[in-house]
Amino acid sequence: MSKDTQGILWEVFIQSKPGQPHRHCGSVHAHDRELALQNARDVYTRRNEGTSIWVVPSNNIVSSSPEDIGSFFEPANDKIYRHPTFYHVPEGITHM
Amino acid sequence: MNSTQLEQNFESKLAKNETIEPKDWMPDNYRKHLIRQVSQHAHSEVVGMLPEGNWITRAPSLRRKMVLLAKVQDEGGHGLYLYSAAETLGITRNELIDQLLTGKAKYSSIFNYPTLTWADIGAIGWLVDGAAIMNQVMLQRTSYGPYARAMVRICKEESFHQRQGYEIMCVLAKGTTEQKAMAQDALNRWWWPSLMMFGPTDDKSPNTANAIKWKIKRESNDELRQKFVNQTQPQAELIGLHVPDKDLKWNEAKKGFDFGTPDWDEFYQVIAGNGPCNKARLTARQKAHDNGAWVREAAASYAKKHMSTVAA
Repeated sequence: MSKDTQGILWEVFIQSKPGQPHRHCGSVHAHDRELALQNARDVYTRRNEGTSIWVVPSNNIVSSSPEDIGSFFEPANDKIYRHPTFYHVPEGITHM
Repeated sequence: MNSTQLEQNFESKLAKNETIEPKDWMPDNYRKHLIRQVSQHAHSEVVGMLPEGNWITRAPSLRRKMVLLAKVQDEGGHGLYLYSAAETLGITRNELIDQLLTGKAKYSSIFNYPTLTWADIGAIGWLVDGAAIMNQVMLQRTSYGPYARAMVRICKEESFHQRQGYEIMCVLAKGTTEQKAMAQDALNRWWWPSLMMFGPTDDKSPNTANAIKWKIKRESNDELRQKFVNQTQPQAELIGLHVPDKDLKWNEAKKGFDFGTPDWDEFYQVIAGNGPCNKARLTARQKAHDNGAWVREAAASYAKKHMSTVAA
């Protein structure tokens, strides 16, 4: 196999409409930022799916790991008072 | 976590119809099965650009040319979604390309047939994309997350493909005697290979048992093939075309069509490399890869020179 490469891997995030968050939709290969953006546009927005694109080298993404899901997110599990449903308010209350 | 526990977590996710994601533990064989299936799906999209690409310069009108260009471009894009999904399983793009070009990996047998007339473009959009849609709708519920999400994107884009094909068939079927004959001839040649797209019968399909157990496949080859015949025969009848199957007969009891047996010898021959276009397809792919090398080199060397890359 040759040393010929496809460039590094970039993760692609698309904002579908102004005001919306960017959502991950897949990856592209490219040698630099400009080509990564253009490739992402060509691959992931052929049907007006986006008003903004972010590309990030995949190596720069830090993620939580599935094995640690339990302990990492544990602190929130018993704090149900963070939800509005925990609170009793009188019947007939409005604007709350 | 020990290996039994990892295995149990994996099984319990499957049992609850939860998706398996790239960083989740998975059995080696599940990973291998998916790498093979997803990469061959990707190769099929890219090789599939060739039979239709053959008619871009000869499309009968500007509108038809624009539409065919858009379709072929979509297929390239679909291949890219699927290569990206395959790469999350721990294989590189270079390895994937190498597997295709050396013949180590397969692609869908349907693309080893030639496009002889403009009507073939109609038949492909209608029947081949139709069969692919059936398979891909089912795969939207596949257990591996990146594959399922790629399927959702692809399904959204695929419906125009089928309509453009069927529209071509409609126009030809309502046209001159020669045009109608051309449409019927294309249907005659593409019908059986399209049925074979669903793979061998369930009892002869070696990978189906694992695919169903691991919820990679959610319906069997025969189930999908039956659905396809049921849906497609009325579409042919509606435009006055005739499905080339003397055994095709409505079965009221099962509320579906009984149909004839595909030529499985032909199927295995084509898979083994003896179809009409196998050599031509790989030659074209190799040529495209070789002819594109200067672009990759130029991009790499520009990036290096201008230091606008983030460290590779």
